[in-house]
Order: sequence, then structure tokens, then C-alpha cells
Amino acid sequence: MESVILQIAARHMRPLLVILSLVVLYRGHNEPGGGFIGGLMLGTAYILYAMAFGVAKTQSRFVFSPLNLTALGLLIAVISGLPALIAGAPFMTGGWVTLFADTVMELKLGTPLIFDVGVYLTVAGMLMLVMFSIMEE
Amino acid sequence: MTTGLFITLLLLLSFLAPFTRKYLRGAAGWIYAIFPLAGLIYYLTLLPAINDGRIILESYRWIDIYGINFSFYIDGFSILFSLIVLGIGTFILIYAGKYMQTYPMQGRFMAYLILFMASMQGVVVSGNLITLFVFWELTSISSYMLIGYYHEKPEARMAALQALLITGFGGLALLGGFILLGIPYGTYELSAIFANPDVIKQSPLYLPALILILIGAFTKSAQFPFHFWLPGAMAAPSPVSAFLHSATMVKAGVFLLARLSPVMGGTELWHVLLTVFGGFTMVAGAWLSITQTDLKRILAYTTVSALGTLVLLIGTGTQYAMNAAIIFLLVHALYKGTLFLMAGNIEKMSGTRDINKLGGLYKSMPFAAIIMTLALVSMAGIPPMLGFIGKELIYESAVFAPTAKYLILIAAFFTNTVLVFLSLRLSLDVFWGHRPAYTKQPYEPYFALLVGPFLLVLGSLLLGLFPKMLAEPLTGSAITAISPGHDAVGLKLWHGLNMALLLSILTLIAGVLAYRFKVVFIGYSGGINVRYFAREFAKGFTSAMDAFLLYTKTQTKRIQHGYHRYYLMTVFTVASVLVWVMIWRTDPIVLELNFSEMPLNLVAVLVLIVAAALSAVVSHSRVIALIAMGVIGFGITIIFIAYSGVDLAITMVMVEVLMVILAVAVLYHLPGYQKYSETGARMRDGLVAALVGSFMMVLVLHAGTSQMGVPISDFFKETSYTEAFGRNIVNVILVDYRALDTLGEITVIAIAALGIFSMIKLTKKVKS
Repeated sequence: MESVILQIAARHMRPLLVILSLVVLYRGHNEPGGGFIGGLMLGTAYILYAMAFGVAKTQSRFVFSPLNLTALGLLIAVISGLPALIAGAPFMTGGWVTLFADTVMELKLGTPLIFDVGVYLTVAGMLMLVMFSIMEE
Repeated sequence: MTTGLFITLLLLLSFLAPFTRKYLRGAAGWIYAIFPLAGLIYYLTLLPAINDGRIILESYRWIDIYGINFSFYIDGFSILFSLIVLGIGTFILIYAGKYMQTYPMQGRFMAYLILFMASMQGVVVSGNLITLFVFWELTSISSYMLIGYYHEKPEARMAALQALLITGFGGLALLGGFILLGIPYGTYELSAIFANPDVIKQSPLYLPALILILIGAFTKSAQFPFHFWLPGAMAAPSPVSAFLHSATMVKAGVFLLARLSPVMGGTELWHVLLTVFGGFTMVAGAWLSITQTDLKRILAYTTVSALGTLVLLIGTGTQYAMNAAIIFLLVHALYKGTLFLMAGNIEKMSGTRDINKLGGLYKSMPFAAIIMTLALVSMAGIPPMLGFIGKELIYESAVFAPTAKYLILIAAFFTNTVLVFLSLRLSLDVFWGHRPAYTKQPYEPYFALLVGPFLLVLGSLLLGLFPKMLAEPLTGSAITAISPGHDAVGLKLWHGLNMALLLSILTLIAGVLAYRFKVVFIGYSGGINVRYFAREFAKGFTSAMDAFLLYTKTQTKRIQHGYHRYYLMTVFTVASVLVWVMIWRTDPIVLELNFSEMPLNLVAVLVLIVAAALSAVVSHSRVIALIAMGVIGFGITIIFIAYSGVDLAITMVMVEVLMVILAVAVLYHLPGYQKYSETGARMRDGLVAALVGSFMMVLVLHAGTSQMGVPISDFFKETSYTEAFGRNIVNVILVDYRALDTLGEITVIAIAALGIFSMIKLTKKVKS
């Protein structure tokens, strides 16, 4: 399946989709979005790429293989629950800090966001893991 | 230092052993041995305080609401046992460091061995029944690893599995027994239970608790009819056998019985069960050992016999019996540890363990010969070894036994005669007499292989020579701990002319006679033979396991048939039928259908969805069916958007896109479209589909009209921003309120992905 149109499209879509997935991930707490949808988008970005250039080439670009990405996501999700334990609260109690308060750059960061990153990576990882093994056939 | 810290250190050492072994080289055994030695010294320093009647308690919170704590309870009995475990453990580690030097995976071996020691140490100092249970199971697991250490040998794997299954089964029974025991007390703390020992005896739970606990103890301590796993366990390397037989594992059952005897003991039932099973095991073990020819197997059966003796003594429960139990425990630990280590030495140095192929080894290893013979003197119960005092006490307690006195006397006499016979055989037939041609030239074992046995046997000798000075302080408070109200009787080598001494002399004569006519003796007992006993039990157990496996396999095959379509059908049918029944039985269904408020454009979408669904069903092309499914999906997406479920809509779009990609990837591999199913099968599938569809529809309509209490969504709406700092309620629920659920879900996703991944990889490998 060598298609120039698909290849050019995939090459330019991939970074855009990755950025979009990150935006969706971050805004998820207040606006529609979140780790699950973001993860699906991230996975789709690379699946599109793999459809255009083949699985082998796509995987050669990864620092983390899809398998490791899934594991990493789970690890991050679990770790996000630990600060609460250290503080003496039940596992996974949300904790928040606000950076640059009352400025344009105001940034709210919390353990639920870290947890969402874990979901994001797990979902993307599992999607790629499954799709790549099917597409490799 | 405290007990909790000490056990933690041992566990840590076990964890580190695989990583440190290769850097420590030959010194590994010596360095690891420092840890149990330190513990030994620590408990020795506690001994004076304990002998003054103090009890040391230590507790760490674990699961408060169930009253489960990591508690330690240290009295004279725990100390005595700790000293045995750690003392022998020290020598075992030194010995193992040298003995295993030529084997692969020594780091791992050391790790298991230290874990084994740590868990046994945990058992003997536990102050909470559940803590005890945890360590108890740890001994089972670590011994499984050790027995099966030569995992390339099928018999080692078999023996390990057999030991694990039997002690594991016993462990389950024990847990049940502990829980029942805890109910009338409302706590699992030993200190609280010991404070009111009679509560359980007046409770109706006494009988079941007793039986379950006895099953646990009997399986662990290899009592008849569970005795067969112990001789099998000699498949383990020699240091493990020495440890397992002398100080750990099998002693745990005896430990438990003695520990609980102030609470559970003293009743008729306790007395009868322990005496009968213990007595029978004692005789059977001795009997079976006569005809064995493998050094380790001979020793293994004498262990079975010794364990029977201990159970019998604890069951008898008189002052003499409890004294005898404690002393014999110590005696047995010292000589059995030595003998197994020496058996390992003999095998290593001469290349065989078969007693018929051994002889005349004294010339090659005189020092080893002396050590082993001294240990055998203790086993035979000849002065001045501690074994003599132990045997005298056993005879005393038999003479003063409240019931079945003569039966016990005869059993004890027989057993001790066999021990004398075996001592003569193991010493004379191995080190003296005819010297056969050895495959390799035997020579004196290395220092590390002899130091442990030597010091243990020296201990036996010194304790026997100076019972007042050394043995009494060690054992006195142990005896009072397990039999309150009974004092320790004074220990001495010379008891005066009495019944026990007479029996001792008779035993010796009988033993020597048996040895003199050993060909006749062995031949005669061989005639009645082992075959009626041991092998049949092991075989029976194996075939029972096989039958069980076969049964489960057939069962599983019926349910796990491997057809995905039937799994789906089962799940759908069961779910929808159950819900239909529920709906049917609760409220009359009120369907308030009101189309008037519905915008016209949505009606159009709905019509489109229905049309697409119909065309998917009747279509003869996969591509068309897929497109139709896509239309349904996007139609639903539009409905989500219309009712401002943006999150759902985005997800739905993503899912639809992925479905297409997936289908494209798979479509290529599918065979051409054919008509696979019969009309009947299609009707059935249609029926299932209709059932599921209608149930979902009714459920949704029903949920809209029925109101059960305040919906929880109000709570989320109110608190989402104020408490969780998020305006997107769906997301806040996912990552904050119900984060644990989500964690579970992504774990499932990851596992499913792994499953798909390995399944595909596997089929690829099979193909290529």
C-alpha cells in the first residue's frame, strides 16, 4: 500500500495530531477531552503513519515500544496515587498546586492530571500494540 | 535490636543474596552466616530475663479492623526454638556455601535458604495467629523452591509439588482453624488467648477448630497418613534436608501443637487424637526405616518416627511428657542436623549414598567418622550424650502415662530399639568393615563442611555432660511456657536404678542383637515390607491428583470451548434474560413515548440509523456492512452532540475511526464472503439479537422514568469544581472520584492488549 498522498498527509498530520492529543489531554479537566480520548488520538496519529510507511519504519522511530509505553502508563497512573499516601490521605486522593497564579500563564497542576497522563499513555500504547501486531501480518 | 527488625533484616538478606553471591565467592556462606549468628547471640542475651519469668511482646499495626497485627511473643519456648533455628541455620549457611560451590544458581539457592530460615524464625516468635499463618505458609513456599531445586530432575519437581500440595492443603485447614479459634476470643493475639485458655474449650467451635488445626499441624509434621511427603523431600540438596528435618518446616507442626497445648490441650479428644496419630507415626516411621538403604532415606524415616514421638509426648501432656518433649526436641535437632550434613559429606566424598556400597571410610575420613558416630550415639540414647537424657525421659513419661501405658511402652521400646539398630548400622557399616571399590577416592571433607556438624555434636555432648549447668537454663522456661503449672524436672545423667534405666539397657541389648542378626532382621521386616505402606500412599496421592486434573480438564473443556461467537451469545442471553426477569417482576413498564418535542432533523438521523442497521443485516458484502455500521456510529454521534454529550461524541468518533482502520487491517486476511450458517442458526442469532436490543431499549426508557432517591449526579455537579477543581464532570469522575475504578480499567486494557499481542505473535511463530 504505497500511496504518495497518504504518505505526505501522514508525515504532516502526525505532529499536528500529537499536539492536538496533548491539548485534548490537558483541557480534559474543564472542557471536553481527557486522557482516554487523547490517548486514542495519539495512537491514531502513529497508526496513520504506520499505514503510510509500514509498521517497521514507524517502530524504529520510537524511544518506547508500544509495549513499554503501556507499562509506563500504568506505572505513572499508580505513582500518581502515591503522594496522597505519603501525606497520610487515602490512596489516590487528588492534590493540586497552582503555578503562576493570577497571571495569563496560570497553570493548575494536580495528581489527577498525572493520573490522566497515565491513562493517556496506556490507551495509546495498547492501541498501537494491538494495531501494529495485526497490521504486521 | 528487636525481633521485627531482625526478621526484616533476614528477609532483606534473602532478597540481596542473588546479587551479592558472585562478589563474595567462597566467603558467601560465612558472611551470610553472620546474620543468624547475630540473632542467636541476641536471643541468648534475652534468656536470663526470660528465665526470670518475663515475656517480651512486640507489635506492629497491620490490619486494624480485623485485629490482625504483626505481633511477636517471646517466651522461653520461642527462645529455645529460635536458638535451634538460628544455631543450626548458621551452620547450614556455612556448610551450604561450600557444599553448593560447584552448582549453578547458588545465589538463588542461598536466597531461598535464608528465606526458609527467616520464615521459620517468624513462625516461632509469632504473637498473632495470622502472623503465624503468614510465616507458616512462607515456610511451605520456600521449602517448595528448595525441594525442587534440582528442577531438571522430574522426581525433584514431583516431590516438591507433593510437599507443597500437602502442606498447602494443611495450611488452608489451619487458617480455618485459626479463624474459628479467634472467634470466641475476638482477637488473634496469642497473649490475649493465653490469658484465658479455657474460653475455647467451652465454645462449640472447639471441635472444628481443633480438627482443622490438627490437620494443619499433622500435614506439616508429616504425621500418618500424610507422612509420605517427607521421605520424598530428600530430593533436595543435603543442606536443605538437614535444615528441614532438624530445625524448620516439619518442626513447625510440633511447635504449633506445643504452643497451643495450654489452650487447646487437656481435653479427652486432644489426648486421644495426638496419642493415637503420634504413636502410630512413631512406630510406622521406625518400621519403614529398617529396610531402607539410602542414607538420606533412612534418616528421613527416623525423622518421621521422631516427629511421631514428639506428637505423642505433647498429647500425653503429663509433666514428664512435656519435659521429655522439649528435651527430645533439642536432642533430635542436634543429632539430625549433624547426620544429614554428614550424609551429604559422605555422598560428596565417596560418590554414593547407598549403605550397601559404603564401608571402611574411617581410614579416609577419621574426623568425619568420629563426628558422625558421636551423633549416632546420641540418637541411640547412650550416655553421656544428651540423647540419653531424652530417651530416659521418654521412658519415664511412658511409665507414668495416664492411659494405654503398656501400649505406649511397647511402641517406645520398639522405636528405640530400631534407633539403636540404625545407629550401629550407620556407623559400623559406613566407616568400618569391608571397604568396597569407590568410583572416586574418598578423603576428609573440607573445614566448612565439618565445622557445623562438629559443633552441633559438641553441643549434644556438653549438654549431656553438664545438664544442670547448660541444659536446664536452656529448656526450663520452655517447659513451663507450654505446660503451665508444671515445673521442669531436674536433668541428670544418672537417675538411679529405676524402670527407665532397665528399659534403656534392654533397648541397647535388643538393638545390638538386631544388628548382630541384621540380615535376618532386615529380611524379616522386608517381608512384611514397605510396599504395604509408603509407596502405596505416595502412589495413591499421585493418582488422586491425576484423576482430579482429568476431571477439571473435562469440565473446563465444556465451558471453555473456544468459540468466540458462543461466548458472546452466552453472555448476551444470560444478561438480557436476567434483566428482563427483573423488569418483569418489579414495576409495570410505563413507556412514555413522546415524539412531539423531538426536532425533525433528529428524526431524520434516526431513520437513517435504522435503515443502515437493516442494510448491514441483509448485505452480502463485508465492505457495505462495515459502511452501514459506520453510518450507525456517526448517527449516534450526532445524537450525542444534539444532547450536548460532547465527550461521548468525541470518543464515539474515535472509536468509529479505529473500527474502520481495524477492519481494513483485518479485511485483507478474511476469506471470500460465503454463506456459513443454516437458516435455523440465523433465526437463533436473530432471536438473541432481538432479546438484547429490546432489553437495552426497555432499560433506557425505564431508567428515564423511574426515580430512586437523589441521583448522585447532583453531588458531582455541586462538588466537581469546588473540591476537585474541574468543570468537566465526566473527566473529574474518571480521574478523581472514581480514579481507582479507572486504574482497574486501564489495567484490564493493558492485560487485554498483552493477550492480543501474544496471541498474534504466537500464531505467527506456529505458522513459520
